Amino acid sequence: MTQDGYTTPDGRKIGSVVMEMKNITLRFGGVVAIKDISFDIREGEIRAIIGPNGAGKSSMLNVINGFYHPQEGEIWFHGARRAPMKPYEVAYQGIARTFQNIALFKGMSTLDNIMTGRLTHMKAGIVAQAIWKGAAEREETANREAVEKIIDFLEIQHIRKTPVGRLPYGLQKRVELARALAAEPKLLLLDEPMAGMNVEEKEDMSRFILDVNDEFGTTIALIEHDMGVVMDISDRVVVMDYGKKIGDGTPDEVRNNQEVIDAYLGVAHD
Amino acid sequence: MLYREAGDFKTSYAEDSQTFPIVIDRVGYYVVLAIAFGVIPFLINDYWANAVFVPLLIYAIATLGLNILTGYCGQVSLGTGGFMAVGAYACYKLMTAFPELNIFFCVLLAGGVTAGVGVLFGLPSLRIKGFYLAVATLAAQFFLVWMFNKVPWFYNYSASGQINAPERTLAGIVITGPHTEAWAKYLFCLVFVVLLAWLARNLTRGNFGRQWMAIRDMDIAAEIIGVNPLKAKLSAFAVSSFFIGIAGALFFAVYLGAAEVGEAFGIQKSFLILFMVIIGGLGSIFGSFAGAAFLVLMPVILKNVLVGMLGWQTDIAAHLEFVIVGALIVTFLILEPHGLAQLWRIIKEKLRLWPFPH
Repeated sequence: MTQDGYTTPDGRKIGSVVMEMKNITLRFGGVVAIKDISFDIREGEIRAIIGPNGAGKSSMLNVINGFYHPQEGEIWFHGARRAPMKPYEVAYQGIARTFQNIALFKGMSTLDNIMTGRLTHMKAGIVAQAIWKGAAEREETANREAVEKIIDFLEIQHIRKTPVGRLPYGLQKRVELARALAAEPKLLLLDEPMAGMNVEEKEDMSRFILDVNDEFGTTIALIEHDMGVVMDISDRVVVMDYGKKIGDGTPDEVRNNQEVIDAYLGVAHD
Repeated sequence: MLYREAGDFKTSYAEDSQTFPIVIDRVGYYVVLAIAFGVIPFLINDYWANAVFVPLLIYAIATLGLNILTGYCGQVSLGTGGFMAVGAYACYKLMTAFPELNIFFCVLLAGGVTAGVGVLFGLPSLRIKGFYLAVATLAAQFFLVWMFNKVPWFYNYSASGQINAPERTLAGIVITGPHTEAWAKYLFCLVFVVLLAWLARNLTRGNFGRQWMAIRDMDIAAEIIGVNPLKAKLSAFAVSSFFIGIAGALFFAVYLGAAEVGEAFGIQKSFLILFMVIIGGLGSIFGSFAGAAFLVLMPVILKNVLVGMLGWQTDIAAHLEFVIVGALIVTFLILEPHGLAQLWRIIKEKLRLWPFPH
């Protein structure tokens, strides 16, 4: 693996480092959630973070999101060290995310949910909005076009106007992915995109994740518990256990790592 | 049969996101507008203006305002009466300090002043939510009423502590003061209602409205996708207070003519408008009108039925009125907790299929 990237076994070119976490430590009082973890995410790759429950995976995403601020360590994004910022400022940097427990806006339609995801692209002020005709309407139409492309892409045309609260679980997950994609993110974080799905829904979701990566070239970091899926779709895997990194590498390397096997299968103490 | 969208194809996104996508709704809206502007002003008399139309229009503005804050942005407020008082006193000070200033601009500027005050009292919303925020806005209610009572500058040192609207004209027509004609009051308020309802609709269907609803539905997710909570909440407070301030200014200057703050803008007013929002339907423009209409019309209708038709004594009827209105509200909220707007949506859904079962 060189500094300028690598080529995956299926022939995709992976570029330079987009995000680099350097020696991140996160504590809540006396509890150490993340302990001195470093890893990088490269342009165009699908990077998985795995680990048993409570390993600190979601905390890691929250650190990337700016929701938690690590006590130690540095976050580098696009070659510059990132100052501590608020979550909405992180969104404007081009980092979008989905949630482990669906976090859609229940009172709004599918379309409105996805349109909300475009808000980092909308600039009309409150007066222009109130008058509507002119700048605000043009902006709305332009963004609606972008949203419709994503709706087509994820095959959710038929539920465009349905309130999301009425949708089944699998579709809600898909709408949430659509909302994240609407931001046209440089880095997409997926927190357990396949949790609670049946095999068919998992296959659909895997296909969408691969398609997103392939068609838009979006860099993806995902947390997932389904090992089969992770090993199939990700290019490189970080393994965490009790807040520490115990493995990092391609799926094959990770699969054969003794520490990882111990963490997942348990180890005999005598 | 009659009410349906079949065959009405939209060919642009602008058409698809218009306010009334179904033809019959659109026609209905223009018919209502035409009657409101073209018929009612010629038929209206003092009784209808003072008992029904003017309070209905003014409460509709206040309800729209509170609905933006509570229904769309999810921030509960019990300070509506206080903010209406700010609008009223700002309008009074502007009218007396600048006699040359057009009454239309006095009312608008009063809304602007209230928006500023609203933002100030909205600041706690960045830290506290739900019931605790309601208590914080309750403090605003009591503080503002107290301030308008205790600081004589606000009521121009008048002996009674009341404020009286001086006579002001717009294009030669008397709008405020005792010599105002019923139709002039009505039309003046109607213009504000139409204008503000249009602004409210535009704001709630666009980017700002979506940010408010995002904060309401899931504030953490909203922040992570890029909603600045400070900007979203304070803009909701500003817009909401702007509406409520205009309602307060009209309530004092056009409707009452003279006002004493504790009586006209007390805590009862905050609750009344909150009830209008809840009965009408949270997060609905139509619901704001429906809720205001329900609570303004219900006592009037009851009074006419009990006293006029059944011949009861006025005092008994007046007391029973409270009981019946209260009972109606409770019954209604049990049957349809999402308000009149939801009821209207269900009726429309049914009408689309009628007369076929599926």
